[in-house]
Amino acid sequence: MSTVANTIFSPELAARFDHLVTIYPLRRSALIPMLLYAQDEVGYISEAVVSEIAQRIGILELDVRNVLSYYSMLRTKPAGKYNVQVCTNISCMLRGGYEILDHCKHKLGIGHKGVTPDGVFSLEEVECIGACCWAPAMQVNYDFHDDLTPGKVDVLFQMYRDGQGKDVK
Amino acid sequence: MADVTFIVDGKQITAPAGTLLIEACKTAGIEIPAFCYYPGLSLQAACRMCVVRIEKMPKLQTACTTPVAEGMVVATETPEIAQARKATLQLLLGNHPLDCPVCDAGGECELQDMTFKYGAADSFYAEPKNHREEQKWSPVVYFDRPRCILCYRCVRMCGEGMDVFALGIQNRGSSAVIAPNVPAQLSPDDLAHVDCEQCGMCIDACPVGALTSGTYRYKTRPWEMNHVATVCTHCGDGCKTTLGVRSTSDGSEIVRGDNRDKSGINGDFLCNKGRYAFDFANHEDRITQPLVRQLNGELKPVSWEVALDLVGKKFRELRDTRGGNSIGVLGGNRLTNEEAYLLQKFTRTVLGTNNIDHHRTADYVAFAQALAGQKDRTASLRDTLTAKAILLVGGDPTVQAPATAWNLRTNVRLNRAKLYIANSAEIKLRRQAKAFLHLAPFGYGALAGYLGGDDTIATSAAPDATALASFREAVKAEEDLLILIGSELRGAELKKLIAFGLTIPGAKFALISDYANSRGAADMGLLPDMLPGYQAVGRASDLATEYAAPSAPGLDLLQMFDAAGKGELSALYVVNSNPVAKYGVDAAALKDTFVVVQDMFLTETAALADVILPAANLYEKAGSVTNSYGDLQQVKKAGDRAGVRTDFEMIVRIADKMGANMRALVPFGKGLRADMGQTRGAQSGEADRHAVWLTAQNLEPRLSPFEQLAILDEVQRLVPGYNILRLQLLSGNDQHLEPAVAELVQIGVQTARRDLVQPAADSLFTSGTLGRYSTMLSDLQHNESLRPSSLLTQIQTAAD
Repeated sequence: MSTVANTIFSPELAARFDHLVTIYPLRRSALIPMLLYAQDEVGYISEAVVSEIAQRIGILELDVRNVLSYYSMLRTKPAGKYNVQVCTNISCMLRGGYEILDHCKHKLGIGHKGVTPDGVFSLEEVECIGACCWAPAMQVNYDFHDDLTPGKVDVLFQMYRDGQGKDVK
Repeated sequence: MADVTFIVDGKQITAPAGTLLIEACKTAGIEIPAFCYYPGLSLQAACRMCVVRIEKMPKLQTACTTPVAEGMVVATETPEIAQARKATLQLLLGNHPLDCPVCDAGGECELQDMTFKYGAADSFYAEPKNHREEQKWSPVVYFDRPRCILCYRCVRMCGEGMDVFALGIQNRGSSAVIAPNVPAQLSPDDLAHVDCEQCGMCIDACPVGALTSGTYRYKTRPWEMNHVATVCTHCGDGCKTTLGVRSTSDGSEIVRGDNRDKSGINGDFLCNKGRYAFDFANHEDRITQPLVRQLNGELKPVSWEVALDLVGKKFRELRDTRGGNSIGVLGGNRLTNEEAYLLQKFTRTVLGTNNIDHHRTADYVAFAQALAGQKDRTASLRDTLTAKAILLVGGDPTVQAPATAWNLRTNVRLNRAKLYIANSAEIKLRRQAKAFLHLAPFGYGALAGYLGGDDTIATSAAPDATALASFREAVKAEEDLLILIGSELRGAELKKLIAFGLTIPGAKFALISDYANSRGAADMGLLPDMLPGYQAVGRASDLATEYAAPSAPGLDLLQMFDAAGKGELSALYVVNSNPVAKYGVDAAALKDTFVVVQDMFLTETAALADVILPAANLYEKAGSVTNSYGDLQQVKKAGDRAGVRTDFEMIVRIADKMGANMRALVPFGKGLRADMGQTRGAQSGEADRHAVWLTAQNLEPRLSPFEQLAILDEVQRLVPGYNILRLQLLSGNDQHLEPAVAELVQIGVQTARRDLVQPAADSLFTSGTLGRYSTMLSDLQHNESLRPSSLLTQIQTAAD
């Protein structure tokens, strides 16, 4: 059951999943890590991802959706190339997190969970990302940017638009 | 387990250790409210309604998850607890609509009851309610999201109880919602649906009106119906279904079927047919006037008097001129025992022939013969819930006998029963099986032989020899094995399997058939070679003496149609059966035969009839039925339709028109003299204890020949095995009857009986000819056809 013919994942990820389902006492414990890895590779949790992960673990697609819908960090629609996550949790809030968020909204012309028409940026308001010491902070894909001001945000956006930013998964 | 003693509300209670507090209190008569708790399902502790104060515990505890302990001191109703429950209710009511006046559950709603009890009607939540439109998940399951209180009962019922897992919980917190397994984005019509067995158990378990039934929703209110507990007319399990009826201009209409009091043989369970497929009774094609074929071939409505007169006169004339043996009679699988018995008695004593048969769906004759002389070897449906080990050979109970499947699943889940399955198909129940043996096609006979020790036929039983050998070892090592047999096994093969089973100490048997009273039809002797109670025709017995019937076996169903084709069948009397469709009879064969059909609809058989008499169905008559297992239950009249008559009444009237001795046919007018209540004084009235006592003691007068109890008296007197406990029957309980044969003398080599068993092959959404007239079953079939072939039997859950 674990090895799947015609997998939608890259050979490396497929191999990783083959291993992942074997290392937990219960196969379904691999579900959340699998969803996260799949999201990193595919960009979002598509129906095909749901179906293949269900097949790999040996659970129903409904079970996958039950878990998937619980977590706000798992998305079922494609994000932009750069997913901008602005923290508004307490430290960032006190240091102007909402200003940063509003600035981003204005600058990108999209709201929470929105994607720019060109598909370059998407925006999310998130809870604590663990950068309180340097609040306000935001995370673009897996890259951190802290001690922000609206001006710094503009520079960052331009950098990413020019293809200068890190694109780590 | 050892008992523990503890105190609840100052009352000392003793219960086995490990019992949940909520259950122990219920047994002791102390009610603890709960929404999420459902007996037999896993524990959820989601609703916080069952909180109680237990001394020495820091906070309020949930009674539904707390096992009782020695010396525990519990308070279940204090101001503190009432306040906690009130707060819970206020939270639940935060987004619950106040549409009780139109909600289906209004009057039967647990949330409503609790709100009434704890007085949480004031809402402090001023924000607008989060409304969502209701969703149609299938023709029978509707979901009204804002009413849902997220108790998870439906999710567990569907997963654990039904092993379907069609429902889940999605999203989080206040957005959490019950979700079906076909999400909107994958559905052709962009609406969410359930792909499931449509049993409606989720609706049954729902404590509020969040899940409602497609047949019943917004039709009426619970208190405006009369509720009649009777037996479902569909499969051979004989579940109790409670029919909600209300008056209409032409009788009494059935509006709802459900499992209201859970007091029946089926416990918690009721499948889609018992719940929804009562609507054939209200079908517009129903015949409500007797029809007689005119010379020009047209069917013309006539009065009952004319029709019955014609049938009686014609039967009499044909019997007297061409002999009783030129007449054939076919009975149905949905008649009551009394009707079936009366029909064969009419055939054997009035028509004077043994030409009587029915559509056989399992070989009960071989079953009874194989168990001849044995005691306590037949299983009740209730045994499937408690047996420690079960062997299921053939059959697919999930589809053919859903209550059996429910019991087996529950037994495996709660009691860790060991289920062994041998089947040539990968049936769904194998998911619960300890061992599943995949048989070769038609390998049942070989399996029976192999189990009995004949190793030479192993290859024709199953392809996998090692699996076969270990299966036999495992089965042979069991004690008190319950052996359930599908209708694939008949005649010698069935006897071989039972002979093997009899070598296992304490083994019990059951043979699964297809319709409400298939077993009763066989028990009551709707067979050309067997009198009631499987007493062979021609053998000396009380019955044979009393009947003075011909001693030669009559024509079976196929022989009757052969005889008709040859012009040797003068008349055919079909009562509640559709053999023409089932056996593909050529219409031309019946052109010289006088055909009388009693049915509800113009079936293929009725279309060939000379006289059609409109019949009442099982929901419109009183009597008793026997399920596949031999459990006898009472049938009560629920619906009513002007213009139709019960088969019982029609048989009696036809016999009367033939000039038969009515007192010999129906032993009425015996017993006490009539007391119509005038002497009872204070005892009379709605709860007429005098009448109950008389009935229970079998003493109430049988005043008319239409009194089915008069026939039941005779059944009890003459049919071996039908030792009925009257009070048990009349109080709506089931009782298990052993097969009739006491000692079956088998002289010499018995001539091999023809195998006429033809299983109904019904799916979850069909039910013989009757099912075609159920709109809801048609809708469900259509609904099923919209989906890619159901993956129900292939689903793999709980991988761990």
